[in-house]
Amino acid sequence: MSAPQTPTAPAGADDDAAEGRVYTVSGEDWDEVVAAANEARDFEGGERLVINMGPQHPSTHGVLRLILTLEGETVVEVRASIGYLHTGIEKNMEFRTWTQGVTFCTRMDYLMPFFNEAAYCIAVERLLGIEDRIPERAQIIRVMLMEFNRVSSHLQGIGPMGMELGATTIFLQGLRMRERILDLYEMITGLRMNHAYIRPGGLAQDLPPGALEAIRTFMDGAPKLVHDLRTLIDANPVFIGRTKGVAYLDLASCMALGVTGPMLRATGLPWDLRKSQPYCGYETYDFDVPVTDTCDAYGRYILRMEEIEQSLKIVQQCVDRLAARGPSGPDDPVMIRDAKIGWPAQLSLGPDGLGPSPEHIAHIMGQSMEALIHHFKLITEGFRVPAGQVYAAVESARGELGAHVVSDGTTRPYRVHFRDPSFTNLQSIASLCEGGQVADVIPAIASIDPVMGGVDR
Amino acid sequence: MSGPAGPAGPEEVHGAQAAQGAVPAADEANASLPARAGEERLAEPVVRTGMFGVATTGDTSGYGRLRVHRPPPLESSRPYGSYFDTVADALGAALQAAGVGYSDAIERVVADRGELTFHVRRQLLPEVAAQFRDDPALRFELCTGVSGVHYLEDTDRELHAVYHLLSITHNRRVRLEVSTPDTDRHIPSLVGVYPTCNWHERETWDFFGIIFDGHPALTRIQMPDDWKGHPQRKDYPLGGIPVEYRGAKIPAPDERRHYA
Repeated sequence: MSAPQTPTAPAGADDDAAEGRVYTVSGEDWDEVVAAANEARDFEGGERLVINMGPQHPSTHGVLRLILTLEGETVVEVRASIGYLHTGIEKNMEFRTWTQGVTFCTRMDYLMPFFNEAAYCIAVERLLGIEDRIPERAQIIRVMLMEFNRVSSHLQGIGPMGMELGATTIFLQGLRMRERILDLYEMITGLRMNHAYIRPGGLAQDLPPGALEAIRTFMDGAPKLVHDLRTLIDANPVFIGRTKGVAYLDLASCMALGVTGPMLRATGLPWDLRKSQPYCGYETYDFDVPVTDTCDAYGRYILRMEEIEQSLKIVQQCVDRLAARGPSGPDDPVMIRDAKIGWPAQLSLGPDGLGPSPEHIAHIMGQSMEALIHHFKLITEGFRVPAGQVYAAVESARGELGAHVVSDGTTRPYRVHFRDPSFTNLQSIASLCEGGQVADVIPAIASIDPVMGGVDR
Repeated sequence: MSGPAGPAGPEEVHGAQAAQGAVPAADEANASLPARAGEERLAEPVVRTGMFGVATTGDTSGYGRLRVHRPPPLESSRPYGSYFDTVADALGAALQAAGVGYSDAIERVVADRGELTFHVRRQLLPEVAAQFRDDPALRFELCTGVSGVHYLEDTDRELHAVYHLLSITHNRRVRLEVSTPDTDRHIPSLVGVYPTCNWHERETWDFFGIIFDGHPALTRIQMPDDWKGHPQRKDYPLGGIPVEYRGAKIPAPDERRHYA
């Protein structure tokens, strides 16, 4: 551990940087860190302690490492160290076809896979210029899954938050409901996470038989599950004591730090891309954008619960629309009807796994030479995307999830960059915690609800 | 539609007719018999590269000729459409009031696929960004991040930093694109204007090696501190090892056959 930084770093990365003394911490060097911090202490009377929190710590929501500087119980400095879960997803996507890219980006923020997929697919569709040709059925199912995902992601944020504050009941209640939603994911996509279900041009396949009934059964019980959870937490004096007035971040700070999503709406600003810049037909659904104005961890919790209620309202509308349309068919496809782009969508389960349906095989092998060629070329090469760049954003469970996608006209992305809301929101950790109690760091992290898979990508 | 599909080029039809019309000499016809060609191929020393020895595009069907080459517009001219002209006018007025020439700061403007991109000369980036943030007619309060792109073949402008701005007041988006030669990879930092760029610029430095001058602590953020190189540059290999699957060896992803 020492002060100097990467040799190519410009001025500012040395001892007298603008933010104060900079330490390079590489692990197993805490004695040196503490010694150096004591040397540099610039306060009088007290003893300053540097605590390493994470990367393996149950309250840091994954492999987040915080370096806390404490004066007694007061946090005077928080530094976040990330990168422990960096997997090079963006780089890997440059070596796969446009369709295969979905399989990678769905693994970024593993608690909201459908948002990752949707942001990427909307970007690819905008590059192709086919945004308005995506079948309506596919859009409805996308919206339904994204809203389910908002619910399951919020529950995974609230449940562990309760556990970290000492209430395992909240955790179990939250995950009980989330588990039901994951069962629905499994039924619809085959997987509980990492679905790769939303594809450029539409969906991998339609809802399976019986899916609408299963969703309806869940929806019948869902309001009670939410109600139980709110009864348990909303007025819980311990929970309120730990979260009210904690982790304060006002509107101006949110703007400066680029914070979006529930953290921004908890300052009273009803900014929601589903309303302001609708995609996937959100403008046709009836829902409200909840806001709270307390700017604290409690307000963010209340806001997330209200968002869950609104999301369930949207899901109900999706179910009604899908029920009115009847089963998918040639007139109501889930993949764009463009032989040059539309990946074979209606898969079926055979003895050797999921593959093209017998009807599709019969069509390409027996009826249409062109269909066979298209199938072969799409599967082996993929489609080409006209050169250019776009930025497509969706309102994910954690805020604005943007995909900056660059094409050079070939069958692979030239560059894909994701503006992950966890990454940006996590920057605010210092503003949230510094000057507060060390115990308040835990609800502060939980109220950001970062997912390190998304932060590190 | 603007997808890769398009009408089959007339060349294709023309080429087929030409082939039918030609009468090859007897020797040539003999030489191209499948049996002969097959024997020769078997006798040849085979060197495999990647999958199945395909070195070119691998396209044997003619399908690739359906490709429509349409380079993205390098520069758009007015009117840009949508709210883009309003933004450009407001920016011009704001820059004039700040004493900066519009053409000194803005290299070119691209309006493509419903999105607006200002290519900004790098030395004036902070001034331009400050106008975007502060001018009441622009008011782009939020910067939603920095994204680096490495255009390997764009000589003297190899590295691009792309800033995405969002105006909540006016519900608009624009993009600022700055380029820098690989030999002098410096771009002024925007942390002073948009503090959110702090981590984003660190990430771009980490992955592309762009040095953001004036950044308070430009250190690696995702890769380990002692990492060599900047992994998302195009001259940095993806890496990987061949994987055996059902008796066949699948090469590493960056050595697999792909189609240009």
